[in-house]
Amino acid sequence: MRKYLLKRFLLSLLTIWIIITTTFILMHSVPGNPFRTESKMPKVVYQNLLRKYGLDKPLGEQYIIYLGKIVRGDFGDSMKSRVETVNDMIKRGFPVSAFIGLQALIIAITFGPALGAIAALNQNKWPDYFSMVIAILGISVPSFIMGTAFIQFLAKNISWLPIGGWGTYSHSILPSVALAFMPLAQLARFMRSSMLEVLGQDYIKTATSKGITRAAVVLKHAVRNAILPVVSMLGTIATNLLVGSFVIEKIFGIPGLGMFFILSIGNRDYPLIMGTTIFYSIVLISMLLFVDIAYMLIDPRIKLVKEGR
Amino acid sequence: MKKSLVLALAMLMVLSIALSACAPKAPAETPGGAATPAGEPKILRSNNSSEPGSLDPALAQGTHDSWVLDHTFEGLYKRLADGTFAPGMAKDYKLADDNVTYTFTLRDDIKWSNGDPVTAYDFEFAWKRVLDPELASDYAFQLYYLKGGEAYNTGTGKVEDIGVRAIDDKTLEVVLASPTAYFIELTGFYTYYPINKKVVESNPDWAKNAATHVSNGPFKLAEWEHDVRILMVKNDTYYDSNLVKLDGIELAMLTDENTAWQKYEGGEFDFLIPLPQAVVAQLKATGNPELVIGGELATYYYNLNTKLKPFDNVKIRKGLALTIDRQTIVDKIAQGGQLPCEGVVPFGMLDENNKEYRNGVGKLVEYNVEEGKRLFAEGLKETGFKASDFSKFSILYNTLEAHRIIAQAIQEMWRTNLGIELPLENVDFQVKLDREKAGDYSVSRAGWIGDYIDPMTFIDLWVTDGAFNDADYSNPEYDKLVIESKNTADQTIRMNNMRKAEKMLMNDMPVIPIYFYTNPYAQKPYVTGVFKPLNRYPYLIYADMNK
Repeated sequence: MRKYLLKRFLLSLLTIWIIITTTFILMHSVPGNPFRTESKMPKVVYQNLLRKYGLDKPLGEQYIIYLGKIVRGDFGDSMKSRVETVNDMIKRGFPVSAFIGLQALIIAITFGPALGAIAALNQNKWPDYFSMVIAILGISVPSFIMGTAFIQFLAKNISWLPIGGWGTYSHSILPSVALAFMPLAQLARFMRSSMLEVLGQDYIKTATSKGITRAAVVLKHAVRNAILPVVSMLGTIATNLLVGSFVIEKIFGIPGLGMFFILSIGNRDYPLIMGTTIFYSIVLISMLLFVDIAYMLIDPRIKLVKEGR
Repeated sequence: MKKSLVLALAMLMVLSIALSACAPKAPAETPGGAATPAGEPKILRSNNSSEPGSLDPALAQGTHDSWVLDHTFEGLYKRLADGTFAPGMAKDYKLADDNVTYTFTLRDDIKWSNGDPVTAYDFEFAWKRVLDPELASDYAFQLYYLKGGEAYNTGTGKVEDIGVRAIDDKTLEVVLASPTAYFIELTGFYTYYPINKKVVESNPDWAKNAATHVSNGPFKLAEWEHDVRILMVKNDTYYDSNLVKLDGIELAMLTDENTAWQKYEGGEFDFLIPLPQAVVAQLKATGNPELVIGGELATYYYNLNTKLKPFDNVKIRKGLALTIDRQTIVDKIAQGGQLPCEGVVPFGMLDENNKEYRNGVGKLVEYNVEEGKRLFAEGLKETGFKASDFSKFSILYNTLEAHRIIAQAIQEMWRTNLGIELPLENVDFQVKLDREKAGDYSVSRAGWIGDYIDPMTFIDLWVTDGAFNDADYSNPEYDKLVIESKNTADQTIRMNNMRKAEKMLMNDMPVIPIYFYTNPYAQKPYVTGVFKPLNRYPYLIYADMNK
């Protein structure tokens, strides 16, 4: 197991290095730069700025300097904010996004697979249609419409919750629910088809014919097998939720990490683009590892390492 | 089974710890602790639209910084509601006969928010710091008016040679590179605000959080939660603090205009700028008294690439300009009370006789389809182009709904009036700027907001090789008029030259002016005392709330 983890760790480092290099090249090949605005800024001022942030050096040198910083865990200074470093921004934004993301994840994991399982057990009856209507809404209604509708009906018209912003726990409820919809729907649909497949398997028929109660068959045999492919989706879903959604954070005015992803690109804020991308990769890679371990625990047939050989 | 039970329990624990660790903090009980026995503190709530990039006046770049700075700092002179300037930190000034040497005398009762006196040395320190090439201030060029300022910022001059010097605590001597009629106004611009020398020297990070931020204006920074809110409270050390009625101003940082509007409607904001375009149209249509159409010193225009055939032909350019129906664009599309352009210089600036500058120049662009068609046809003949050739050019704009609908309208006007079909091309803002700089466009959307209230802020855009002269206009006559205006203190010569220059420009039409911007905002009926200077965000300094 330890050997396996070590191997995974080294592979992850390699992956991150490839991501850094690719992002660095792509980022600098996009036209524009962080200091150009609609202004009368003279060339000299512009060059002073380039020099201050080291953008006057050849790209290769910039790359080496950047790698050196990364090794020390320093993502550098934002080129748009003179207030915070990229490290500060990630440190501040991630907990906020992660908080909303975790709540959304809990909602999605609680209701998504359950909805899917209920739909499968009642195939072509009203609970099935009901679940799938919710799932289709979740997948097809974009989150900016969902979020705006939530604000309009739940916050403004009946003032149950604050309209947007950040400060108290109640500020986090609407964005969490809005954020949960899409993954909830995905999980429900996935669970439904996986469950339907399992329910048609011979071993379910065997279990039923042996006289085991319906509840036991469903819970012990069907759900446990059907959930496996669903678990494999969780790594990506969890990462996407934890690092924040641009749309949800913008609509609800949440000071999270999701905003930085998009804004940094529009601003050509190079260190922030790199910082958020690397951070996202680290979270994603760790989540995928977690999922693999969880997989092994749920299904004893899966071995991450070939034991005893 | 047991193993997974343990795992489930462990995961639950981790989850609950994580959740409790990053739960949002409860807000401070009474913001700023300014509660008085008389009742609730008067905190005006509004939205700053985004996190400031810096609250150090030297490093500020835009409205998201300057709205806070305009309330927390004060320059030598300050702006009044009627658009004139009054002494601020300065008591008065003397201008020597050379027209470039100013001697400012500071007030006696001026203090920083930490109690230190504001001195002339603070000003000298602040201005020299802005020009320091190491600091790399985006707006350093706003101080190029000072003698030796540009040289120092360029790295060719010495700091001692900059034309600013504190003679004693109360006397500041300023020497300009050339006479500048609007210099007093510039001393009220945020790049010219003083900073506390002692504080800045002892703590380079002073401007990064509320606890160490020191300012000299009517309000001071009390709380700054990044990307969430800024709270400014009344600064009791400010000399005119008895004129300040509010206990504080709280600015949220919502980037979404629609959410901000919902908050205003839901009563969570007392004041809001900017407003979503659709909301302005609706409020205007229903005559809602909460809507105020604030003035703005800005022009929305289209660049024509004068180095590209057939846009190098003046008749083609004029044909395009004459066939745009600006009134329709303003009334039916922009819908924010904008005014159709009559030239490149917007309304609101005074000439040598204290009359509206714009009226003295007259209407230099108009909607005249017949004349436009005629000129365009002649232009085609001269250049050998056909109307159908225009489909290989495009109208370039940065991706934004408001720009798209205007581009569509203009596309349609040119199609019906001139029979040409220019495709629309929308790109990312940075890409647009890059392509304009490289001359890789034919027609492109642009806008200019005046830095100071003088026609020169618009006129000098189109000097040869000007930093924002993306039309690449070059006319030695025009350049001469601009240089002459910039080197005289004689208002009549300056204004005459600028009028001549604007007429010359509109005769050559390297850019097509479309409309003069407005800046609509909304305030609740109980808010009073707000005014909007022409080229700044609204001043809430003297605002009051009578709920």
